[in-house]
Amino acid sequence: MPGGAFSAAADFLRQVHEESWDKIMASRAYREFWGFFFILPFLLVFAAFEIYPFLDAIYLSLFDYGIGRKEWIGFGNYSHLLGDDVFLKSIRNTFLLVLGVVPLSVGFSLAAASIVIHKSAAVASFFRASFYLPIVTSQVILSIAWLWIYNPMTGVANYGLSLFGIEPVMWLSDSSVTLVAVIIVVITWCVGQPFILYLAGLGGIPSSYYEAASIDGASPWRKFWSITLPLLKPTTLYVVVTTTIGAFQTFVVIQLLTGGGPNYSTTTIMYMLYETAFKYGNLGLASAMGVLLAVLISIFSLIQFKFFRSDVEY
Amino acid sequence: MTKGLKWAADLVLYLCALFFLFPIYWMITGSFKSQSMAVQIPPELFPSAPTTANYTKLFAESEVVRWLLNSVLIAGGSTLLACIVATMAGYAFTKHRFTGQAVLFGLVIVTMMIPRQLGLVPLFTLMKNLHLVNNGWSVILPVMALPFAAFLMKQFSQTVPNELLEAGKIDGCSEIALFTKLFLPVVKPGIGALAIFVFSFSWNDYLWQLIMLSDESKMTINVGISTLVSEFSANYGAQMAAATMGFIPIFVVFIAFQRYFVKGITVGSVKG
Repeated sequence: MPGGAFSAAADFLRQVHEESWDKIMASRAYREFWGFFFILPFLLVFAAFEIYPFLDAIYLSLFDYGIGRKEWIGFGNYSHLLGDDVFLKSIRNTFLLVLGVVPLSVGFSLAAASIVIHKSAAVASFFRASFYLPIVTSQVILSIAWLWIYNPMTGVANYGLSLFGIEPVMWLSDSSVTLVAVIIVVITWCVGQPFILYLAGLGGIPSSYYEAASIDGASPWRKFWSITLPLLKPTTLYVVVTTTIGAFQTFVVIQLLTGGGPNYSTTTIMYMLYETAFKYGNLGLASAMGVLLAVLISIFSLIQFKFFRSDVEY
Repeated sequence: MTKGLKWAADLVLYLCALFFLFPIYWMITGSFKSQSMAVQIPPELFPSAPTTANYTKLFAESEVVRWLLNSVLIAGGSTLLACIVATMAGYAFTKHRFTGQAVLFGLVIVTMMIPRQLGLVPLFTLMKNLHLVNNGWSVILPVMALPFAAFLMKQFSQTVPNELLEAGKIDGCSEIALFTKLFLPVVKPGIGALAIFVFSFSWNDYLWQLIMLSDESKMTINVGISTLVSEFSANYGAQMAAATMGFIPIFVVFIAFQRYFVKGITVGSVKG
């Protein structure tokens, strides 16, 4: 009888409950239980949708894997990719994009924050909103706006240039300028976060440091190099690493503006991965691209950690 | 710095701010331009004869309302669930001890550095096997697993004094009550910052939504709008109307919760 069994079990539990409640409370099992109780939901989704896909991607990259086929080929995908001109070009484009976007947006953010920190709260708030709004606005929406701005015939970009007597530029179809056009767009959504972080970082530097330097007769540049920059190093590290990771994964602007063209001049690793997997169905090859992308990003991040690590302690 | 140089720097800064805002301005004003006005040279900085024809066309020929609703449901659902999961995780990481705690938190940190796109293919196969293609859950579940969310809540949870929970224990609170009655009220501002972060992340999680939601009625606003680029090709006014429709909701959220946006960014990094 299920009902009877249930009440017997309940009685037993009540007994245990009453007799050794203090012991159970103090026991390791009790603590473990509640620890796991609160971590369990995260543990489940994290394992299923974060850890497992990462590990499986590495495993799948060793297969010729697509619709209706899955054959072990070892490092075949990798050797294929390293001999593939288009993939090498996509690595080159991604590097150029990162090298264009990261120094410009980080440098600009720092310069802008250094100016704005001396302004009133209202002005600071205006700049925070202006620089952060493009991030909020979603890359899809901005890309669509830029698609029109860049139109060679009816776009406002060429109209603006014509006011200065400059010939129309084929922003999205002349392979010598497309990457520049893409970099301009990407920078507009890479400045907001570094700017806000630098503003917060600058606000945290005690003004007494600058006052002491002024008494010693230090010039504004000297103060910037010897006080501001070293103290902002942790912020710079974070900003450089996250902006680099973001730029490495550039996808939306490519898909909507150029489709990787012309002649693969704007194909990024991420865009090629997407096409390889979801247009051509080469899932194994795409996984190998993902692994290589992750490796490249890790190498960059490690170098940056070494370079920007705050070795100066105050 | 000389006065002139300072003045020039200010000017450049304001011009840059205008440059950043310009595409948004151009999009909104463009959405009120007729097809012929949109392509006219020289372009009008402000539409002299504004029309709502683009919006009429948009509502008549696309499922934009449906897409907005999908986005709100998906981003809202992701936010609610991710906040619950991450807050519990933050509590477990800081106020409890369990086997493998340090290893798990190490994994959270490591995965924060790995591009999510690495797992794109396996995640796609997994969702296909779970029969979640063209289902909102396929985009909600991965957002719930965001390592950054758990990391952020761990940072916030650390600020909750242990004495508070110990006092609660002495007063005979159950473990559940310690969490809901004592812990939650204190970390509320942190949850606010996390909610904003997750909401905007999910709203803009375009690539993954593009892969999972191909059915027109299941699309989110960003995926839907991107399909209109070819459908309304060369009709820039209509494209801008679509983009503006996607912009307004997230803009409202941003204006309403600007404080939390800034907090979420700064807490997640330097102060961590």
